[in-house]
Amino acid sequence: MSSPTPSRRLAARTLRGTALVAVLGLTLAACGGGDGSPEDVAAAVEEGGTLTVWAWDPTMEQVAADFETANPGVTVELANVGTGNDQYTALQNAISAGSGGPDVAQVEYYALPQFVLGEALADLGPLGADDLEGTYTPGPWNAVQAAGQGEGIYGLPIDSGPMALFYNAAVFEEAGVEVPTTWDEYVEAGRQIHAALPDTYITADTGDAGFATSLIWQAGGEPFTVDGTDVGIDLADEGSARFAEMWQPMIDEELLAPINPWTDEWFAALGGGQVASLVTGAWMPGNLVSGAADASGDWRVAPMPQWEEGGAATSENGGSSLAVMEASEQQELAYAFLDFAAAGDGIASRVEEGAFPATVAELESEEFLAQEPEYFGGQRINEVLAESATEVVDGWQYLPFQVYANSVFNDTVGQAYVGGTTLSEGLQSWQGDLTTYGEQQGFGTAAR
Amino acid sequence: MTTSTPTARPTAATSRRASSLRPTRSRRVDRPRRSVLLTVLCALVLVYALVPLVWLVINATKSQGDLFGSFGLWFAGDVNLLDNIVRTLTYDDGVFGRWFLNTLLYVVAGAGGATVLAVLGGYGLAKFDFVGKKAVLAVVIGAVAVPGTALAVPTFLMFSQMGITNTPLAVIVPSLISPFGLYLMWTFASEAIPTELLEAARVDGAGELRTFAQVCLPLLAPGTVTVLLFTVVATWNNYFLPLIMLRDPDWYPLTLGLNAWNAQAATAGGEAIFDLVITGSLLTVLPLVVAFLFLQRYWQSGLSAGGVKE
Repeated sequence: MSSPTPSRRLAARTLRGTALVAVLGLTLAACGGGDGSPEDVAAAVEEGGTLTVWAWDPTMEQVAADFETANPGVTVELANVGTGNDQYTALQNAISAGSGGPDVAQVEYYALPQFVLGEALADLGPLGADDLEGTYTPGPWNAVQAAGQGEGIYGLPIDSGPMALFYNAAVFEEAGVEVPTTWDEYVEAGRQIHAALPDTYITADTGDAGFATSLIWQAGGEPFTVDGTDVGIDLADEGSARFAEMWQPMIDEELLAPINPWTDEWFAALGGGQVASLVTGAWMPGNLVSGAADASGDWRVAPMPQWEEGGAATSENGGSSLAVMEASEQQELAYAFLDFAAAGDGIASRVEEGAFPATVAELESEEFLAQEPEYFGGQRINEVLAESATEVVDGWQYLPFQVYANSVFNDTVGQAYVGGTTLSEGLQSWQGDLTTYGEQQGFGTAAR
Repeated sequence: MTTSTPTARPTAATSRRASSLRPTRSRRVDRPRRSVLLTVLCALVLVYALVPLVWLVINATKSQGDLFGSFGLWFAGDVNLLDNIVRTLTYDDGVFGRWFLNTLLYVVAGAGGATVLAVLGGYGLAKFDFVGKKAVLAVVIGAVAVPGTALAVPTFLMFSQMGITNTPLAVIVPSLISPFGLYLMWTFASEAIPTELLEAARVDGAGELRTFAQVCLPLLAPGTVTVLLFTVVATWNNYFLPLIMLRDPDWYPLTLGLNAWNAQAATAGGEAIFDLVITGSLLTVLPLVVAFLFLQRYWQSGLSAGGVKE
């Protein structure tokens, strides 16, 4: 139960008008919004209090408990308000209402710019985040600075999703197919597997924004450029075109399992070998272990297929940060929790429960790299995954309305998966949709 | 619902109505005609309605592995129902039980309150004349046409200014208002309670409250049960309102809780528990089935009520 504090209730009652006014009003009312320092953080922990944290990551429960143990004066109210989009809706509602929001929220990297632009998140730099330069791998560290949104650090990375090829070695062997190292080989492998085993597909994809943008990113594409409120969109640039050209045959030749990801059917197919591989983020092992237990021992991890023979470029898929809300009246205490969870003892307990870290120290630690999970036949998968984290192509930017963009992906690009259009046409119609939306939202959007 | 003529002072209108009823009466004692087409149609509708329930019962007996690996509409080798139920009730420190009690609270307070208000309001509107009755009628009819979901977000903003979001009140208060229930009770009360009965009660010296409690309430029972069933089902299955109002999993009703469990599978690092979601869903619909079977008697017996003995 977290009822709003009397002062916040008073603030809520006296506030009228738009969300912006509400946010600004609370910023003014907040004690020390933006003028905190590391010393203030230490003082806030001394003083104690109750923090409300919205996070869906299952490993946060342990972190919250450990934080309370380490700081007896602090109570952490952890609430799972829903995964991803569900929570963002709730956050947006709380921001509009000017009350009822958390102090700390889990926000995925792709969604950060949207909340930063709405001035909903506090700049953590002065509170101590400035000193964390070099703690995290480049991908996540670049993401929490919400590139293109001015100066500031708006979240601390709690995990990352450098991509790799997860594949079912038993199925590949049965079909007599080598593990692909380039995307061309991957498409060819898709043909061979489906020809050898008619019920089996190399992967399942029914149109997934995260997957498409990650591949465009890896191909060196920069379809979204953001500079303040000026947004450029070019979903026909070289990287996007390469993705569309490579993936189109997979659809045309029906080499993709027609199964929606994350459904029970999908897990059943992963466990039963009907879906033989996934190119996805490094957080996947835990989900395979719990959702596709039947295939234990069969799966392996290989580097992400490359666009160039002998290349070593990767991109990120998923991963999230913890952010402090601008409306929070205890930003210093909230930052203390972030520091614990994302740069302190919280990291170890989360890694132990299967989270994939974003911190350089963990990714380079002997203990982490030496893990040999049974599910992957004793392979040292973290070596492959940690390697991927160091090769992420830089310069990628998300739109300041990426949450919306991803939600309409299936209405536009997704049409290519059900026929009637091609991927490149789909990307063009996505671009048109996003350009229109950006203008409606008051951005200076230009199709480049 | 037939209102037949009172014995006192038959007016032209009432006797005409009585005579027009006579042919329908004689038609009603005919043997029911059988229709193959109708039987087939009914059977189809029955199958359509029951298959999901059958699927749910069958699959609640399976382990997660069998869930993926066996035919959906038949049992797998081993029956895990008891084990599934135990795990559903104990998973996550027994949070399912807490959600169940929350749902019960929202239903008893919300649907119970809505029914009480609908009965009181419907009776008042049917049997008393007052200024502005037409306006009330218009508002109620209008309110029936507005879906509750459309009001959820404005209600959220209003409640958040009052500071009662994320509390049980935020779910119970909107559930108390059932325009459809009020309208139903209104039409039912005007049919089921003969004005002569009220007059007789008043002549015998009963006060308004006593008349309502001892004369009218029993007559209103079938309508009341109908409204109660509607509001119980609506509150029990309510999803959007609690979704918007509640942030704290400790106050979730079953609908939100099961959805949160279902979403775990799609969370990086989350545990897929489809077997528990299915078993939990079965446990969630059981009380509704029981409620229907239990309340149906009152419902049917009421269909012939409402007439005065001739």
